[in-house]
Amino acid sequence: MAKLPAGTLYRGKVGMWSWVLHRITGVAIFFFLLVHTLDTALVRVSPEAYDAVINTYKTPIIGLGELGLVAAILFHGLNGIRVILIDFWRKGAKYQNVMFWIVVVLAALLFIGFAPRHLAHVFHWNV
Amino acid sequence: MVTIETPRSPRSRKGAKWEKWGWLYMRASGVVLLVLIFGHLFINLFQNGIQAITFAFVAGKWADPFWKIWDGAMLWLALIHGTNGMRTIANDYTVRLGMRKFLNVTLWVVCFALIILGTLVITTFDPCSDPSVNQIADISIHCGK
Ligand code: HEM
Repeated sequence: MAKLPAGTLYRGKVGMWSWVLHRITGVAIFFFLLVHTLDTALVRVSPEAYDAVINTYKTPIIGLGELGLVAAILFHGLNGIRVILIDFWRKGAKYQNVMFWIVVVLAALLFIGFAPRHLAHVFHWNV
Repeated sequence: MVTIETPRSPRSRKGAKWEKWGWLYMRASGVVLLVLIFGHLFINLFQNGIQAITFAFVAGKWADPFWKIWDGAMLWLALIHGTNGMRTIANDYTVRLGMRKFLNVTLWVVCFALIILGTLVITTFDPCSDPSVNQIADISIHCGK
């Protein structure tokens, strides 16, 4: 197979993939927020209406979906800070690559802290 | 076929100026949202847990103006941040001007409607006025009677 060109500083590297992930997670969070505003508005309809709809968030499948949502928010939020640092910090562009991996590790640590407890809630494990 | 206009007259600066404020807003709101959303998830989903999210839980939180302001700020900042982000994406992927206009208008109409709805819900919420609520012990302690 022919050797691929070396590419650029950006294409196929951390810069590009972090942007792709930031964009996908941003869209996912946006659509969740639309639904979440509507379900919360049900507190103004009646306690029964709110509880009935919020109960669907406690089912195993949606419970696992929430794990994905939290992962998306952790990455988007922390990577957003990285983007801000690249823009405003003098050395931001120089350290963008390291900062990406710091974002990934931090998000992973927070996720590992969150996931077992959330799964215990969803599946009623008594721990 | 793509036709390129002859660059006879420079583009107006008005749109660019607006775009700069949008760019700045994404960063400023992002910093605040990080605190508001991570705090929201920590308290509601980690400490309290999904199974314990009920009407009574929300009513208990919103008995305190602190959480009304927290949630209200989150509503406004996140909806405008998300909508403006979606506008950027729509502008990136649309080719036809009509489609771009349609998506932009739809995004801001939805954003506006949800901000009004959410703000009304938070500001007019009064669990104590609902008679069925007085049977829920952990809310009625906030109701004074
Ligand atoms: C948790 C705190 C958050 C932080 C720190 C944050 C940060 C950012 C930043 C700095 C940008 C601009 C990126 C750029 O110009 O290249 C951005 C874009 C975006 N954000 Fe957020 N954000 C947060 C929460 C949210 C929420 C809650 C939503 C959804 C409602 C959201 C949806 C988006 C979208 C759709 C974009 C556009 C992505 C793109 O243009 O590729 N973000 N975010």
